[in-house]
Formats: sequence, C-alpha cells, structure tokens
Amino acid sequence: MSNELKYLSERAARGLLNRRSFMGRAAALGATTTFASTMLASAVMAAGPVKGGTLRVGIQGGSSTDSLDPGLSTNATSLQILRMWGEPLLELAEDGGIDPRLASEYEASADAKTWTFKMRSGVTYSNGKSVTAEDVKATIERHAGEESKSGALGLLRGIVSMSTDGDRFILELDTPNADLPYLLADYHLVIQPNGGKDDPTAAIGSGPYILKSHEPGVRHVFEKNPNYWNDDLGHAETVELLVINDDTARVAALQSGQVHMVNRVPPKVASLVGRMGGVKVHSTPSAGHYVFIMHADTAPFDNKDLRLALKYAINREEMVDKILFGNGTAGNDSPINASYPLFSEREQRTYDPEKAAFHFKASGHDGSVLLRTSDNSFPGAPDAAQLFQQSAGAAGITLDIKREPNDGYWSEVWNKQPFCTSYWGGRPTQDAMFSTAYLSSADWNDTRFFNEGFDKMLLAARAELDEGKRKAIYSDMSTIVSDEGGLICPMFNNFIDAVSEGVEGWRTTKGFDLMNNYAPLKMWVTA
Amino acid sequence: MRIPISALMGLILTGGFFLVAIFADFIAPYGMAEVVGDVWEPRSAEHLLGTDNIGRDLLTRLIYGGQTTIFIATLATALSFTLGSILGLSAAVLGGWVDQVISRLVDLLMSIPSLIFALVILSVMPVTVPVLILVMGLLDSTRVYRLSRAVAVDINVMDFVEAAKLRGEKLSWIIFREILPNALSPLVAELGLRFIFAVLFLSTLSFLGLGVQPPASDWGGMVKENKEGIVFGIGAALVPAAAIAILAISVNLVADWVLNKTSDLKGGRGG
Amino acid sequence: MGPMFKLISQRIALGILLLLAVSILIFAGTEMLPGDLAESILGQSATPEALANIRAELGLNDPAFIRYFQWLGGLLQGDLGTALSNGQDIGPQIGKRLGNTLFLAATAAVIAVPLAIFLGLVAVRYRNRWPDKLISGATLASISLPEFFIGYVLIYFFAVKWRVFPSVATVYDSMSFLEKLNAIALPVIVLTLVVLAHMMRMTRAAILNVMQSAYIETAELKGLSAFKVIARHAFPNSISPIVNVVTINLAYLVVGVVVVEVIFVYPGMGQYLVDHVSKRDVPVVQACGLIFATVYVVLNLIADIVAILSNPRLRHPK
Repeated sequence: MSNELKYLSERAARGLLNRRSFMGRAAALGATTTFASTMLASAVMAAGPVKGGTLRVGIQGGSSTDSLDPGLSTNATSLQILRMWGEPLLELAEDGGIDPRLASEYEASADAKTWTFKMRSGVTYSNGKSVTAEDVKATIERHAGEESKSGALGLLRGIVSMSTDGDRFILELDTPNADLPYLLADYHLVIQPNGGKDDPTAAIGSGPYILKSHEPGVRHVFEKNPNYWNDDLGHAETVELLVINDDTARVAALQSGQVHMVNRVPPKVASLVGRMGGVKVHSTPSAGHYVFIMHADTAPFDNKDLRLALKYAINREEMVDKILFGNGTAGNDSPINASYPLFSEREQRTYDPEKAAFHFKASGHDGSVLLRTSDNSFPGAPDAAQLFQQSAGAAGITLDIKREPNDGYWSEVWNKQPFCTSYWGGRPTQDAMFSTAYLSSADWNDTRFFNEGFDKMLLAARAELDEGKRKAIYSDMSTIVSDEGGLICPMFNNFIDAVSEGVEGWRTTKGFDLMNNYAPLKMWVTA
Repeated sequence: MRIPISALMGLILTGGFFLVAIFADFIAPYGMAEVVGDVWEPRSAEHLLGTDNIGRDLLTRLIYGGQTTIFIATLATALSFTLGSILGLSAAVLGGWVDQVISRLVDLLMSIPSLIFALVILSVMPVTVPVLILVMGLLDSTRVYRLSRAVAVDINVMDFVEAAKLRGEKLSWIIFREILPNALSPLVAELGLRFIFAVLFLSTLSFLGLGVQPPASDWGGMVKENKEGIVFGIGAALVPAAAIAILAISVNLVADWVLNKTSDLKGGRGG
Repeated sequence: MGPMFKLISQRIALGILLLLAVSILIFAGTEMLPGDLAESILGQSATPEALANIRAELGLNDPAFIRYFQWLGGLLQGDLGTALSNGQDIGPQIGKRLGNTLFLAATAAVIAVPLAIFLGLVAVRYRNRWPDKLISGATLASISLPEFFIGYVLIYFFAVKWRVFPSVATVYDSMSFLEKLNAIALPVIVLTLVVLAHMMRMTRAAILNVMQSAYIETAELKGLSAFKVIARHAFPNSISPIVNVVTINLAYLVVGVVVVEVIFVYPGMGQYLVDHVSKRDVPVVQACGLIFATVYVVLNLIADIVAILSNPRLRHPK
C-alpha cells in the first residue's frame, strides 16, 4: 500500500493529480486523512518547487500615495514591492543570521571598523546593465547623504568613507560595529543603477521579478525576470499583489479563493480562519511589540513609583489572551524577547494589584491618569486600553482613555503626548533596537529615557567581540529599561499569515510577516 | 382619532427604545465596560445575547449603546431641524439677497463631502459628545434648510400667503402662522429619515475612529467592533444592526402616520 | 427663452463662484489639519533631518497663500499639478479613478432609479395594502443598516458561502466589460439598497400629493385603469420633487461611497481622496474636492432647472 501511496503523492506533488483525488485514493487505500496530507506535504517539498503559474497576494498597508522610491518605502506593501524587483547587498537569513545576496562574500578588519564586500559576478539589472561596486557606493551615498529623505538614513550614521576597488566595495566606520551586516540588510537599501540618483522611482533592479503594472494602493503585477541568477527565488511566472486594507475583506478574499495568501490576519479571527477548509494559518513569533509608553521626564510619569505602579497594574497574560488570542507572548517591560540572537531570560513581572496600589500611594499622585490610543497604534489598541483600565481600576488607579483619530496619530500623538499606546516592529539586533529608541540621543526615544550608564553599556557591547560578555551586558540593559524606563510592554505579537492550499513551500522565517516578505518569491503554485 | 395598528406599533416600539435609553443604568444586567466572559460567547442564561469582541455582555452593551445613540441622534436632529427650518422658512419668505446669501452659503457647505468636513473639524476639535452633536447638527441642518426652503417657496406663492402679506402681517406671523402649518407634514416625514441618517452618520464616524469615546459606544460602533465575526457567520454584529433597523422602522411608522400630504423633500444620506 | 436663459446663465456663474469658494475652503481646511505631508510620508520612521529635507524639496516652507495661488494658476492652464507624496501627475491618476467611480455610480443608478420609481408607483397603486407596506418596510430596513454591515453580510453569502460573485471588486484595464460588471456586482447591490429607499419614498409621497387633485379624479372617472392614471397623469406632475431626490442620491453615489470602496477594494475617487487627506497631499485633495463640488453643483443645477420648468408660478416670478 505504502508504495502506491508514495507514487500517488509524488504524482500529486507534480500536479498530475489534484489534491482532492489524491485524498480520495489515499482513503481508499486505508490511509487516515492526517497521514495522507502529511505524506502529500513532504512529497511536495521533496518534489521541489513547481515553476510557472500566477500567484496572487492580498496585502495590507498600501496606499495610493505610495512612491516607488526605495528610500520612501515605509509600509508592508512597498516593502513587498521592493522584495520583488530589487536586491540588497546582504539579506537576513531564515534563522536570523546573514545571507549574502549581491555581495557574494564579505569580511571585516580585526577592529570591525573596515568592511570589504566582494560583488557577485555576472549579475545584471532588468535593463541589461551589470551590477557594479560603484552602484553600491552610489546607493548608500544616496540614502545616507545630506539631502536624503530615506527611512534608512538613521541606520547609516558613522560612515567615514566609502571606496571601490574593482569588484570590491569598502566601507569604513568611525566606531567598531560588529552588527554592520544587519544594517546593510535593511529593506530600503536595494541596489539601483547609479544608486537611483538618476531616477529613484524607476523600479529597475536585479531582483527575481520585473514590475509590469503599477497602480499604487490598488494592484501591482510582476513578471519573472528571465535572467535572474538565483534559482531558489521566484517560482511563479506572474505575481499579482492586490492591496486590501480592510481586514475583513482581506480574509474574505482568501476564503473565496481570490488570493493565495494574505498577511496580517486579525488575531481575533485567526482560529476561525484556521478551522476553514483549504487554508493554513501560520502564526510566527516576532520581535514586534504592542506597548504603552510614558515619557519618563514628564509629570506625572517622571515619578518612578508611578511608572512601577502602572507596570504592576497591567495584566499581561490577559492581554495575550484577549488581544492576541494566544498569538503572541507576554512582554517583560523591555523591548527584547527570544527573537533576538543574544537574548537571556529575566524574572517575569506579573500583574500584582497590591504592589501597584503600594507604588501608586508612594508616588503621591492623586486623581486619574490620561491614556491616549487609536486603532492604528496597534490592532485592538482601544480594547487593550480598556482592559488596562479595568485591571488598573482593581488596584485603585483610575485610567482615563482618550481615543484619538487614526489620521495623524503618528505625527500628533506618538512621541508627543506623555502616555499613549504604540507599536514597535523590532530590529534584527539588540544593538539596533536600543540605539533606535533607548539611547539618550536616539531620534525616536519615545519614552524619554535618559540614562548615562545605559548609554555607556550600549557602546561597550557594540565593541565587545566576546559573545558571552555581550549577552550579559544586554541582559543588564534590559533590566535597567524594565525597572527605570517608561516602557510598559505587555505583549509581543506573532505575525499571522494565512495561505491557501493551492500554494506550497512555507518556511518559518525571522524578520517581517509573509516569511520576511519572501513568501511570494519562495512559494509556488500547485493548483 | 383612531390610530392605525402600524402607527400604534411604531409608537410603542419608539417609546420603548426611549424608555430603555433613559433607564439604562437600572435595566442593564452588568457594568457597561465590565469584561464578564470569553470572546463571542453564544447566548446563555447569564448572557441573553451572548458576549462581544472582548467578552463584555452584549445585552448590556446594547442598552448603553442605545442610550448613547438615541441621545446624540435626537439632539443632533433637534438642532438641525430648529436651525435648518427657521433659516429655510425665513429665506423663502424674505427672498432677495438674504435668500441668496444663505442659500449660496448652504450650497458651499453641501458641496464638500461631509466625510471631509467631519475629518477636518473632528481632527482639530476635541471629540466630545457636545462637539459631535454640534458638528452633526450643523452639517445636517443644511439638508433641512434646502427642504424647508423648497417647501416654503411653493407655499409662499399661494394666494392665502399673498393675502396675508397684503393684509400687512408681520414676518413672524407669516412664517409661523401661514407657512409653517402648511409645511409641517413634509418636515415631520423627513424628520423620521433624518433621525436615522443621524444614527448612521454617527456609525460612519465610528468607522473612521472619530465617534464616541471608548468604553462607551454607539450601535454603529458596536457593529464595527464585532464586524470581523460576520464573514464567519458569528452573529454579534447582527444584534446592534437589527436594533438600528427596528428603531428606524418604528420611528418612520410614526412619521408615516403623521404624514398625510407632502411636498418637495430634499437631502440624502450623508452626501 | 430669454428669461430662462438669463436664469440659467446666472446659475452657472454662481456655480463657478461657488467652486472658487470651495477651493479656498478645502485649502484652508487641509491647512488646519494637524501634521504635515513630510511627517505623514515618513510616519513612525521620521528623523528630523529626513523631515527637513522632504519639507524643503516639496516647498512646504512657502507660505500657504503662495502655494494656493501657484496651484490655482496651474489649474487655469489645465494643469492639476503633481502629487506631492509620490511625484506622479495628478491628471491621469484622477482620470482613471473618476472613470471607475462614474462606472460604479452609473451601474448602480441604472438599476436603482427605475427600480425605485417602479416600486414607488406600485406602492401608490396598492396604497395602504400589503404590497405598499412590504415595500416601505423593506426599503426602510435597507436604508437603516450601516453600509459596511450590508457589505459584509453580502460578502459572507455571495462570495464566501456560495461563491457567486467576487468579494474583491478591483477593476483594471485588461478586463472585459462583462468581467468588470461581474467584479462590481456586490458593491452595486449595496449601493442600490442604500439609495433605493429615499427615492422610492419620495416618489410615493410626491405622487400621493398629486393624487388628490381634481384632474386625477377626472381621469379616474373616465374609467382609466388605476395604474395608467398613476403612470400617465400623476407621475408627470410630481416629477420635480422626484428629480430633486434622484439628483441628490446620484451625487451621493459619486461622492459618498468611500466606505463601500474600502470594503470591496474598489479603486474609486473616495479611497483616493482619503489616502491623500491622511498624507496631507494638498494638491490632490484640492483636485478631488473640486471634482466632487462640480458634480454636486451640476446635478443641483439640473434639479433647479427641472423644478423651475415644471412649476409655472416659479417660471414667471412676480
């Protein structure tokens, strides 16, 4: 029996037998449904990707105002578009390490100040020109320049000089940085001809696909780049991105078979989607966290007791249950979780109304505390604020909630008002996360956290090459943020993507959702 | 006077809604924001209508939501009718430049989509209940103005009004004694629809995150809170939607009964 | 036609003045909104340097009135300008969106208007009997449900359960006309349900108003069938209020359907406008606002002219 079943599963994997008939024949051979579908799945992986077909993606985040300039790409849709037509020098690997892409190899000097990248040979842009080290230099110059509008500008500080030597690109830093490869893997930094200085929105790159139709906020169509160098990426002949911003509509489009995959399934309905036939839900742990942020230098939050009172007054487990519906993990008032390579466990802070009441009394604050929120600070933020209101109420702390308009929340409330709900997508390394938002001089120090000791530890860790010592420093830094800072971090969210059974090849990947946005490139259409 | 059965039903239902709204604090089985169970529990003895998207009692939410909805919609409609009809009737009777100035101003306000208007005003002003009522009432009064002016212009050329003018009656006499009684029935008929449009406008504002502040919610906001369940056949969103529909029908049954003749009605949903 | 011509040209001149006032109002409104384009483009990833660079490049540092007149000058030469946010020309972009919006609105109107008038006539014919009550009740219920609720319920049944129509109504150039009609089936049903009640109720009310006139009685005494009396004699005389309500609902189909566009992912004007409002992209908001206002002014003009033509007392003002 098993030989016949194996034969059938291989035929099914090659698309010679459709899924339904395979399952029927398997049942006739006495196999259970679970066994048959496991068998099919492994046969599909073993048979390797099927080339060709049209893959449709329903994606959240696009807007008709989107630009094709990689520097101005900020939402999930523009990021996905960059993945299709462009390539960076290096890329985050599935397990969180670094994979070479346009650079075939790279090395650092002993002091981690000078970095040399060797260009992969024979790679061309979709317009036929070769990718050169000069283009890399020009790209980084454009993103890091004085006039730059790029979202990657903040990552590229500290570059002293850049030069090229044949197929080599050489970069010198003012201070050692062992994490530089992670910075160059940033999604904005796709390599463009002459760095995109001539026309940043031309969408000409060396990626697996070529942009054919571009209607911002509506639909983007890509066709396979026939000259692409890497056979592991880009299986479908055509990829269609449909921008579907409404959560319910996006899920319905998958349910009704109009798209093969969607990102950002609302946690509330994740289990319902999973129960439907023909669809698989993938809930992937991430470094993203849903937070409540206080300005630690603004009254009344400049009082450490009040900050601690609020930290003890939040019920983290309840938040994970009721806001994330189990698709996530409890936070510990530090922006770091197990997604980071150098993470170590600390003692978990839990909901404790008595301690909360004690610290609240010690703070001497009386009256209520105003919390601002909006739907687009994170999904379910007003609900989370109401749960916080309830749990704080039990500790004798009155929270007033003010719902702000979605429109303008990031420019008017976040990083301006002293207490609000917010979201952080996380960074690939602890160094990047702490430098982005917790260093005294950070641009986005949204908790107004100024701690000299902490700043020194960050610089020490950056120059430290011993991993064990680095880990210990980062652990102490998390404890400082957790005890002293203005961050209340109740939960880390999972990325919830849903994929129909008509496509195969899902692999758990760190980074962003939809397999770090490689799902449309690494998956293939079977039916 | 004999009241037809449909109108009687409308009166009873409308009265019932208002009573429940007024005595919400005494009737509601749980606290408005109290989390009492799991998410989207089905109907049970403890939760007659089940629970909502974060585990609050749906019946309780419905009762408090009704209070918010009816309170805001009633006041906004009252404001729009007082303002709109007084200006509309005056413009029709006075005519000339007064009519031109008010009418063109109203045209100006109406020609910009309400959505953009609401977005601008509510982004600048704090979103509180009085502000909501004011914004909704003012935007809606433009539609009432158009209706009452159109009706009054037709009546204004009637012979009995001409006669009153020739008698030398004062402006207020002509407006309130001659024109208003004859314009009343189309105005009342429109009142029913406008009340419902106010409820719907409130729910559109909630859809955009500009409505009532949480934990309070209006019925439209409740539909939105529970909308994710609809495509999976979960009925929590159905309850507030049905409440809006029943309120709409009962208010309009009453309005239909009051309406026995009509005239030019204008103004649409949102617009 | 002398006085009529004067009246109409007066209205058109007023309409143009109105549009000018609208453009100022919208401009002032978008200026009042908190935040600016530079901040909206970069969102949470805005650094002060990047912000300053964007502001300088987009000319956001110029005073508001200078930017307004620059825009107005361009418009008078037929140039809608370029979108600040993505540097694309506004004209072709809006043209495409407007075409989509008009396509959706026209399809909905072609179904809704005749249906509303027909149902109105039926309701009058069977006044106070069950068909009248059924029609009134059903249309009232449909008008009183939030649009997004109707939309999701239709998606649940027609797209997810029965798979009759697609839930995503995105249309694009390479589709045939029939494919497009299939794609927009669900939003058209929603819009029809939403505008039907208002027009139907007005038709019914306006005809009933006329039904009490002496000439209707004459027609009835002539022995004409009840439906003929209503359709041939009462309906033509109640056309003015009906046209008013029809135009107001047509305007709604063009300018007020953003929620339906969001739910069905339809690339129309509403979504386009809201995207650009939230990015503070003033030239686009201006252009959209002006187009909406033009639609409104033109439809209103038609309604007013019909009203004047159909009422002799208004045609010859004293």
